Amino acid sequence: MRYLPLTEDDRRAMLQAVGAATIDDLFVDVPPEARLAGPIPGLPLHQGELQVERALGRLAARNMAAGAHPFFLGAGAYRHHVPASVDHLIQRGEFLTSYTPYQPEIAQGTLQYLFEFQTQVARLFGMEVANASMYDGSTAMTEAIFMAQRVTRRAKTIVSCGVHPHYVRAAQTLCRFTGDALLTGVPTLCSAPPTDDFDDLVAHLGSDTSAVVVQYPDIFGHVADLAPLAEACHARGALLIVVVTEPVALGLIRAPGEMGADIVVGEGQSLGVGLQFGGPHLGLFAAREKFVRQMPGRLCGQTVDADGRRGFVLTLSTREQHIRREKATSNICTNSGLMSLAFSIHLTLLGEAGLRRLAALNHARACQTADRLAAIPGVRLLTDRFFNEFAVELSVPARQAVRDMAEMGVLGGVSAARLWPEEPALERVLLVAATETVEPTDIDALARALIETLGTEYAGA
Amino acid sequence: MSMAKEGRPTAPRQPEAAPAEGDRTLTGNRGLMLEEPLIFESGAPDRTGVDLEAVPAHGFRLTGVERTAPIGLPGLSEGETVRHYTRLSRQNYGIDLGLFPLGSCTMKHNPRLNEKLARLPGFADIHPLQPQDTVQGALELIHVLAEWLIELTGMHGVAMAPKAGAHGELCGMLAIRAAHEARGDARRVVLVPESAHGTNPATAAFCGYAVENIPADARGRVDLAALEARLGPDVAAVMITNPNTCGLFEPDMRRISDAVHAAGAYVYCDGANFNAIVGRVRPGDLGVDAMHINLHKTFSTPHGGGGPGSGPVVLSEALSPFGPLPFVVRHADGRFHLVEEETAASEGHDRAFGRMAAFHGQMGMFVRALAYIMSHGADGLRQVAEDAVLNANYVLRSLEDVMTAPFAHAGPCMHEALFDDGFLEGTGVTTLDIAKALIDEGFHPMTMYFPLVVHGAMLVEPTETESKARLDQFIAVMRDLAVRAKAGEAQSFRSAPRFAPRARLDETRAARQPVLTWRPPADDRLAAE
Repeated sequence: MRYLPLTEDDRRAMLQAVGAATIDDLFVDVPPEARLAGPIPGLPLHQGELQVERALGRLAARNMAAGAHPFFLGAGAYRHHVPASVDHLIQRGEFLTSYTPYQPEIAQGTLQYLFEFQTQVARLFGMEVANASMYDGSTAMTEAIFMAQRVTRRAKTIVSCGVHPHYVRAAQTLCRFTGDALLTGVPTLCSAPPTDDFDDLVAHLGSDTSAVVVQYPDIFGHVADLAPLAEACHARGALLIVVVTEPVALGLIRAPGEMGADIVVGEGQSLGVGLQFGGPHLGLFAAREKFVRQMPGRLCGQTVDADGRRGFVLTLSTREQHIRREKATSNICTNSGLMSLAFSIHLTLLGEAGLRRLAALNHARACQTADRLAAIPGVRLLTDRFFNEFAVELSVPARQAVRDMAEMGVLGGVSAARLWPEEPALERVLLVAATETVEPTDIDALARALIETLGTEYAGA
Repeated sequence: MSMAKEGRPTAPRQPEAAPAEGDRTLTGNRGLMLEEPLIFESGAPDRTGVDLEAVPAHGFRLTGVERTAPIGLPGLSEGETVRHYTRLSRQNYGIDLGLFPLGSCTMKHNPRLNEKLARLPGFADIHPLQPQDTVQGALELIHVLAEWLIELTGMHGVAMAPKAGAHGELCGMLAIRAAHEARGDARRVVLVPESAHGTNPATAAFCGYAVENIPADARGRVDLAALEARLGPDVAAVMITNPNTCGLFEPDMRRISDAVHAAGAYVYCDGANFNAIVGRVRPGDLGVDAMHINLHKTFSTPHGGGGPGSGPVVLSEALSPFGPLPFVVRHADGRFHLVEEETAASEGHDRAFGRMAAFHGQMGMFVRALAYIMSHGADGLRQVAEDAVLNANYVLRSLEDVMTAPFAHAGPCMHEALFDDGFLEGTGVTTLDIAKALIDEGFHPMTMYFPLVVHGAMLVEPTETESKARLDQFIAVMRDLAVRAKAGEAQSFRSAPRFAPRARLDETRAARQPVLTWRPPADDRLAAE
């Protein structure tokens, strides 16, 4: 067995050294009735690398990989081109096979990139501090809701209906058990075209509101000016939590911090990580500095060593479970370290100029796509101010349209019904994302597939 | 036994002597040990390592929200980027470099086949919301891994959604809470042994439970009498780690489970230490109701400097109906179906406690874990547990005469060997000093100051992927350090590590004056004025 170095001679010598006649002597504490006599029956025995590669290769081949098809899915996971050097670097064994940096003298590599990552995230979001990452965007949002409740000592949170429904459901799951009140997206709001109108949210603000949660750009791709909402929140002593599921957008649109956000969380898979069928992804978490002691997760900080040289350590760990146990700010331990490295490398490769250009390219592709689709009879554009994703209303149920297009080899978007199956009003809504990976011929293919699906004559664009 | 209240020291003691002037270099570099500035010091906002095509002139739909202020993101060319991160990587220790005996963390070899397979476009380049007909292979992979985990643990069901071990704990505890609530039974207390990982009490508190500690007995096991005395109608669950964090199997596990069940409560088992028993013992045979499995421990997916993890939770028949969404089922026609909110009821899962996160779990980790499981097979996994336990006992018995092993008298250990700092008494040398001295000898230190039930704990988990020769070298080093400590060489310990990229770092200063993001030097001057 290729991963096990002990030989039979080694095992004999070591058993003798520990005073055991057989290996079973080392399992004496296991009650006899719980000891298995041999390998679990019915399961396969060990296999060589070639056999495993064949078996898993067959499974991989049964999936439609995004890169092999015209691809327009977003809704919380975006396909961007990741430079080759990113994946090469994160596979350096010293990064890949290291642990949480509990021994900082031999983990400065991890700690320095975490410090750089924290700074990049804070600047991108327009915030003062960021942590060393969470599991993903959805769990980061739930943690932000709890953090706001600790900060304000209030227990009611208002979540906009423009927030990704999976994120909302994840928060609802926990809030149901913790007894916190979560006032969430009212579906009737969603049936209208997205607007900047936050009156419904503001109307619910009260002296018991800990925070308002909005997504930016929202699930329909709409980009709103959040400054008036931030003002309304602050006037009532509530915090504004902003969720960003597409960080590339921030190369082109204002940072949430600039508009008054108090906590900004997000999903970082767009940069460096890839689609990954939903995981591992990368939770981003940033806040105002005055709230830092209420933040969840690991924080990396700068210090000096005994010789006076600059170095980095994990810090403020008295917030965390391994010190505070049941009084910790969160139970989180493992984060998304390697994904934060991929994100940070990709962002370093881009630099500010590169990120701005990438964002502009995304926006141009999305505008091209939207114009093309809007010209098709039976398609109505719902989002007028968007970054790289928008919603359209079709003359037919969107879910079937997505399946029909897939049959034609086009991955044409995400139906709103996949996200809100219980909302008939959203049945004909399709979410379409177009990044820099979309070519003009892909837009042609999408338009053709959609026309065929709608059964209409192509009107030309 | 009582918990050790004294934490580890956080500020370095002053070295006895400054480095000799002859050791100084102009750059701070020392041969292959290279210093590296921050990207904010070396990069420029208009430098880039990515060539992008020209932006077509095509409308602009962001009037009123466009960014005008600079972001402050430095860029590097590709060559500079590769060099920056390569230089950083060389300041890190990893399993690829040597023994990493971090107790409770199971730092075993990470096979590269797994990395290769996880990067196949059919797994890495598929979107979580693609139509299910276009991802049948991915759903099948999740299903196959789920079946393996059920078989290996002897449980009834498994939730694949949790993102890491602590997230798995949360999943298991939410299922327990949902099961109690379905019966209208509002229990408020969760019992946690003192030796537990910090995530256990934090998780119980996170889902709204009051946490009470159960002491350990003189053999390093859960104090059975204390546990049985505390069980009652207000107790919702007991969270037990087995093998426990002292590296010992709980021989009374079945009795504990029976007592917990008789009191109407559930048994949560922290599966962080499953590597000791995989293929030899099934937690389902011990009466466990829920247990998370750290794929990044037992099943070799890389830790990556702190994540990602993956924490599937196996569930008993009593708890399975309450497990989270989504999950994968195989239909009679052979198709795989992802059960989400929409079809939960029609799939007979209408009591699911809900969704824990967006999407369906850590697919990339599933691919790696399944490749590992298939490589080892049922026979190899059994050998994994045996070799892991043999290696730990070999370390324990080779060091117990020069160090102090508080529970060595109680019999063999499982996959990790626990020592305390009794052998250092009166030497002026601490557990932390031993750890730092190990760094100079080229090893990653063991887990320090955990578990809390012994003083100055040193928890050594070699794992099965270490050879006898490597263990012999580690043992020789530990024996030498013990002898040197007892010989009064405390001063030389205090300046360790001397050969690492950094000497001891001042953690007290980092916490008292937090600097969490980089600021240009001018900012520091302003702040100081």
